Amino acid sequence: MAKSYYDPADLRKFGKITEWSEELGNKFFDYYGKVFEEGALSAREKSLIALAVSHVVKCPYCIDAYTKDGLQRGITKEEMMEAVHAGAAIESGATLVHGVQMMNKYDKLSM
Amino acid sequence: MAQSILTDIKKAAKKSLKAREDALASTQTQMEILNGELFADGELPYFKDKIAETGQFPLRPKTLEVLQINVGYMCNQVCGHCHVDAGPDRKEIMTRETMEECLEVIRNTGAHTLDLTGGAPEMNPDFRWFVEEASKAGIQDFIVRSNLTIILANKKYHDLPEFFKNHNVHVVSSMPHYTRGKTDKQRGDGVFDKSIKALQMLNEVGYGMPDSDLCLDLVYNPSGAFLPADQAAMEHDFKKALKEDFDIDFHNLFAITNLPISRFLDYLIASDNYEDYMYSLVEAYNPAAVENVMCTNTISVSWDGWLYDCDFNQMLDLKVASKVKHIKDFNNDVLNNRDIVISQHCYGCTAGAGSSCQGTVA
Repeated sequence: MAKSYYDPADLRKFGKITEWSEELGNKFFDYYGKVFEEGALSAREKSLIALAVSHVVKCPYCIDAYTKDGLQRGITKEEMMEAVHAGAAIESGATLVHGVQMMNKYDKLSM
Repeated sequence: MAQSILTDIKKAAKKSLKAREDALASTQTQMEILNGELFADGELPYFKDKIAETGQFPLRPKTLEVLQINVGYMCNQVCGHCHVDAGPDRKEIMTRETMEECLEVIRNTGAHTLDLTGGAPEMNPDFRWFVEEASKAGIQDFIVRSNLTIILANKKYHDLPEFFKNHNVHVVSSMPHYTRGKTDKQRGDGVFDKSIKALQMLNEVGYGMPDSDLCLDLVYNPSGAFLPADQAAMEHDFKKALKEDFDIDFHNLFAITNLPISRFLDYLIASDNYEDYMYSLVEAYNPAAVENVMCTNTISVSWDGWLYDCDFNQMLDLKVASKVKHIKDFNNDVLNNRDIVISQHCYGCTAGAGSSCQGTVA
């Protein structure tokens, strides 16, 4: 067994998850592939969304994959970093908006 | 860490691998790596076995359509990804005698395309004479692969756009990106600005303009360890950016995959990207691309007249597997009856939509 939880080489083995559950694995990869096709959003736009979400869910495999995908699509580093900030802003906003709950509770409990 | 390695490579890359006496200047060393444990241990399939799965081994030539002539490895640039290991220190230059032998073949072959490459082909002292003579042969499509900056490198090259125009040359130029940073990182500081200026000079004489017969195409190579994206999408982005920012017009963009040989192989190994890159190439393998891979319709001629299945095989010194191995003995029928020499670098031409000197193939 590896001594660390994340091994970059494991990303290449992602497809192997179908080996232990073929039907669900295949359904997932079909869905995944379909999601990233050109649609109302361009594949380029979806790549940037995926990069932002990769950071928010803190998935090192996804960050590797979508940084490379962005490079392949000619997405600039400035565009990539802005996408990461968009994700980070929502994530920190999600934390801060709970401040309202805190304020509500505080006010309710206080005389 | 990767950044400091890249800085080291950039510093070292003022000279060719050959001038640095780097181990990777040896084609044998490169072949050992391409046949190394990643494939020998069965982790990835040999190219030969991969194409055999679809009955495409041995790979055989079709009709000869393109004669690609490398007139020398000398270049004014030392690009980090160069598969030729070209540079100012390379002295391999085609002589007029070998050019005469090439002209004999150009006049008699049925190939519709003549493709001159290098190094910077314009640096060959007999380049203009060769273009003048070859243009008389009535070849349908006469390509010169120009790195653009050569046009500004010296006063004697400033009239190249006019010279190309006078001989109805189809200019194919390298332009790794429409931003300065990425271009200069791959090709050297200042290359972007000079390339832009050179493209504007070509536009001024009519090259690349909409409806113009003077063809100006650009070649995009990824500036790193990743594969090119969809050619049409890249062309759209390039056209928009170059027009808006610099008022530059061009016709087509060819997206070319970097093959894991020579200086690009050196970069892949030094930046610890070799294994991942080979995985990417193999994963993106497309049997439909094998059908039209460029070695099936091309013969590549080296500066000293030897014949190869493609420019990449030339750089790995893998000569054609035929009794005819030299331009002076050229015989189309004998050559057409050969098996194409392949190795693991060939995955570069069969990844995704495929890759050739004319861009995607599938």
